[in-house]
Amino acid sequence: MGALILGLALDAAVPAPRAAELEHMVRQDCGSCHGLRMTGGLGSPITPQALAGRSADDLVPVILDGLPGTAMPGWRPLLTEDEAHWIADYLLEAE
Amino acid sequence: MMLKPLLAALLLAAPALADELRGTGDLGLIVEREAGSLLVVDRSARAALGRIEGLGDLSHASLVYSPDERFAYVFGRDGGLSKVDILTRQIVNRVVQGGNSIGGAISDDGALIAVANYEPGGVKVFDAGTLDLVADVPMESKTVGIADVPGSRFIVATWDTGEAWILDHSANPADPVITKLEGIGANPYDALLTADGRRYIIGLFGEKGLTQVDLWQDPPQVTRFLPDYGKDQPDMPVYKMPHLQGWTLADGVFALPAVGLHQLLWVDADELTEIGRTDLVGQPVFALARPDRREVWVNFAPPNNDTIQVVDVLTHEVTETLTPGPGVLHMEFAPRGREVWLSVRDENRVEIRDARTREVLGEIQANAPSGIFFTDRAHRTGL
Repeated sequence: MGALILGLALDAAVPAPRAAELEHMVRQDCGSCHGLRMTGGLGSPITPQALAGRSADDLVPVILDGLPGTAMPGWRPLLTEDEAHWIADYLLEAE
Repeated sequence: MMLKPLLAALLLAAPALADELRGTGDLGLIVEREAGSLLVVDRSARAALGRIEGLGDLSHASLVYSPDERFAYVFGRDGGLSKVDILTRQIVNRVVQGGNSIGGAISDDGALIAVANYEPGGVKVFDAGTLDLVADVPMESKTVGIADVPGSRFIVATWDTGEAWILDHSANPADPVITKLEGIGANPYDALLTADGRRYIIGLFGEKGLTQVDLWQDPPQVTRFLPDYGKDQPDMPVYKMPHLQGWTLADGVFALPAVGLHQLLWVDADELTEIGRTDLVGQPVFALARPDRREVWVNFAPPNNDTIQVVDVLTHEVTETLTPGPGVLHMEFAPRGREVWLSVRDENRVEIRDARTREVLGEIQANAPSGIFFTDRAHRTGL
């Protein structure tokens, strides 16, 4: 129930057209390093299995600010907090 | 009575045979990475001839050609190595050779195919005819920038350990003589070999600067250069790693994409010193010389990946900014530079422009196209 309410709140925060853009961005741009199917490349695998045990709150700072000392850039110039949260949820739940 | 159907069959067959008897010098392949397919294209007709499907995960896929320009070896992200026949448009053979591969190379005699792997790290070498495994060289690191060195050799850099490995298969293909060069720099992200097979230039992500391996020296000589380019400027995020194939060597000058700066770096190839910079609209990904080497064409990482900038080699100035459309992932010039083909991923098309007037000459529908590879690559070292 809690998850459902959270999900609805996120849907409201990111309108559907933008969500479609974000999904495209995850596949294509995150996919440059993580693979189109998120199975990894220069970057780690980020499939739901690979991210098991991680939470969205845990992933959002990585998406926004990157991982210093690695090739993972911060995406803050291109994303809002809500959008990063949408991506984190998407990665954790995809397929 | 029996003759009639036979004649009809012959008539049907005749044009097909005539079509099939053709050269491959003006053909090419375009990677449709989402669909896991290749589009076979005809440069002269500016048209697609057909599609080869079933190639698996083609994220970041690349390919090399056999010396007869009939077969291509395709390296897929899922570790698949596929041999395709571009005339019959069929997969001839396919092996899944690793968990996660990044690219490959074909030896100068066309006999060996080397695949660089992220997972497990290292290089595997295959028989070009059968795709049987010939040699397995673990390196305990992700490998990048593999290239063919004259004399049945390959060179590759290691992302995790900062080394360059030279594999010499000339004496015994199954047991290559290995030369390991350590301390070439932190996190090489890609590398290129110049067309003469002499200089292997390694781009570094983990530190500023680049490394050259001079393969004409014995032992190969390692030189670090531009050790602190941009150290006085804040790094910008790199949303896509530059690719180093196609770096210019024009008039004794390299044109190199900077990492973390929106600039093209001009370097004296002999002295390995910086001689200039060109400000660009974004993080450069490919900096490709037009085959006459008069211009360098640059595409960009997101969010500027709808744009191409053309830079004059003589003045180092941007002479043209083109916006073909969203997701310009790759450019390929016709071998003599008359036209350039641009993949426009998000519009599902490949745009063909005159490389001198920039006029759009045509377009080909393709499913989220990425890499474009013309068959003349078969005869070029380092591609």
